[in-house]
Amino acid sequence: MWLWGSLTASGAPPSGCLHGAGARIELATLAGASSLGEGLEALRGRTVLIAAGDPLTAALALIELDGVARRMVLCPPDLSGAHAPAVMRDSGADAYLTDAGADAGAAAVRGLEGLHVSAGPALQALGLARRHSHDTEWILLTSGTSGAPKLVQHTLASLTSAFSAEEASPLVWGTFYDIRRYGGLQILLRALYHGSLVLSSAAESTADFLARAAAAGVTHISGTPSHWRRALMSGAAARISPRYVRLSGEIADQAILDSLRRAFPQAIVAHAFASTEAGVGFEVRDGLAGFPAALVGAPGAAVDIDVAGGTLRLRSAGNATGYLGAHAPALKDSDGFVETGDRVELRDGRYVFIGRGGGVINVGGLKVYPEEVEAIINAHPGVRMSLVEPRRSPITGAVVTAQVVLIEGAAAGARAEELLKGEIMQACRRQLAAHKVPMSIRIVPALEVSASGKLVRPDA
Amino acid sequence: MSVRATITSLFEQVAREQQRKLSPLSDDLRLLESGLDSLSFALIVARLEDKLGHDPFDTAESFPVTFGDFVRLYESPSR
Repeated sequence: MWLWGSLTASGAPPSGCLHGAGARIELATLAGASSLGEGLEALRGRTVLIAAGDPLTAALALIELDGVARRMVLCPPDLSGAHAPAVMRDSGADAYLTDAGADAGAAAVRGLEGLHVSAGPALQALGLARRHSHDTEWILLTSGTSGAPKLVQHTLASLTSAFSAEEASPLVWGTFYDIRRYGGLQILLRALYHGSLVLSSAAESTADFLARAAAAGVTHISGTPSHWRRALMSGAAARISPRYVRLSGEIADQAILDSLRRAFPQAIVAHAFASTEAGVGFEVRDGLAGFPAALVGAPGAAVDIDVAGGTLRLRSAGNATGYLGAHAPALKDSDGFVETGDRVELRDGRYVFIGRGGGVINVGGLKVYPEEVEAIINAHPGVRMSLVEPRRSPITGAVVTAQVVLIEGAAAGARAEELLKGEIMQACRRQLAAHKVPMSIRIVPALEVSASGKLVRPDA
Repeated sequence: MSVRATITSLFEQVAREQQRKLSPLSDDLRLLESGLDSLSFALIVARLEDKLGHDPFDTAESFPVTFGDFVRLYESPSR
């Protein structure tokens, strides 16, 4: 199985196109043209660090090098130059790819050794017909917490295991994710098989991306809850009218699900669980946070879903194969499951996500999952998003504090803000144990969202 | 407002929030008999740091035992 071979299996070239921020590529043109030029054959059998800045260049390289390269290492745009040499070493890379015309001394690739190929959306005539010689490994980098990123090994088969053959009509996908991250790569691959894709670019505003997505007639669009909150804050969400809105990568709380249902009444609002290591777990379409308990241990399912010790674990053909690197930990446990690190709790027949094992705040020995508190705060109609974090305490080790971004116009003036803070505090006191209630609420203009589309958590 | 008055009002405020019955605040009242739990003290200390700009627990030689100890900890100049 190789990507170009699957896309042309019917005998006809693929009909969709890739909409980049600066250029648009009809996939059919790749039958006779290449973004890599002579680099295509030069990279055959090699392990290639794909370090292009432009996501469109990276997408084209992925399409062209699957079946050709031994390994492709997908560098996210924010890969730090400090980590690039380790990524190169641990992946065994002997080549790297950057944007044509770009400075090959750009931070992320400075000092790298090996064959350098430049690529770009300007296509050159393809000399030889495309040919499959290698079952290419796809290496994704996880957004590491503090240290170097982990290298997660996938195959085209594991990356596409969750796709079904439905959806005959050509779809126009859009994604807020960068396509070099698992969530974005899933959408790129789905789009290649079923239509077109509007790629987002870190260089453009959310409103500009939504305008391009609208112009392309986007029907299906995905992002993290933080991406979606930012989209709703941009005031430009009304420009698109998708049939399908997908959230993944962070806990989708009831407030964001409800906001999206109101913003896109004609659309299916689905939240999916997926991670780079565990692959796609499941998708929930009923508009409610969490997932039905019946999914756990369901016989005959494509994905075995299990909850062990309050933590979700998954076993499926979508699981990554393993980690790369000299001191790489085991990816799967002795039962063949990938432990996700996501904590769930059974409430009224549904499992709800209560946070990450690692992000726990410990208040005098009692655990607080920031996401659980954020869900309560975000339920207030005046709140756009919030970040709950620990504050050091000489008494209890930590106490909980919150930063809150208000919906524009929710509170005019200091007095209105104080009133609103009081309402949020009351809601927290009503619904949360005392140690989970924030000791203070600070209204902030914005919260930092990382390049991977998740709230930046200082200690998580 | 004096440091003592600030502390007294915060004790009362947090006791109300945490729905705890606060004993009359005299200098010889032992903190652990004041009716407040450790979470309440954590909240008081954090808010005092916000109001007064320092957290004397960082440099305190000993943990305050009585309400009087607690007030003196904050009244002594920050180091």
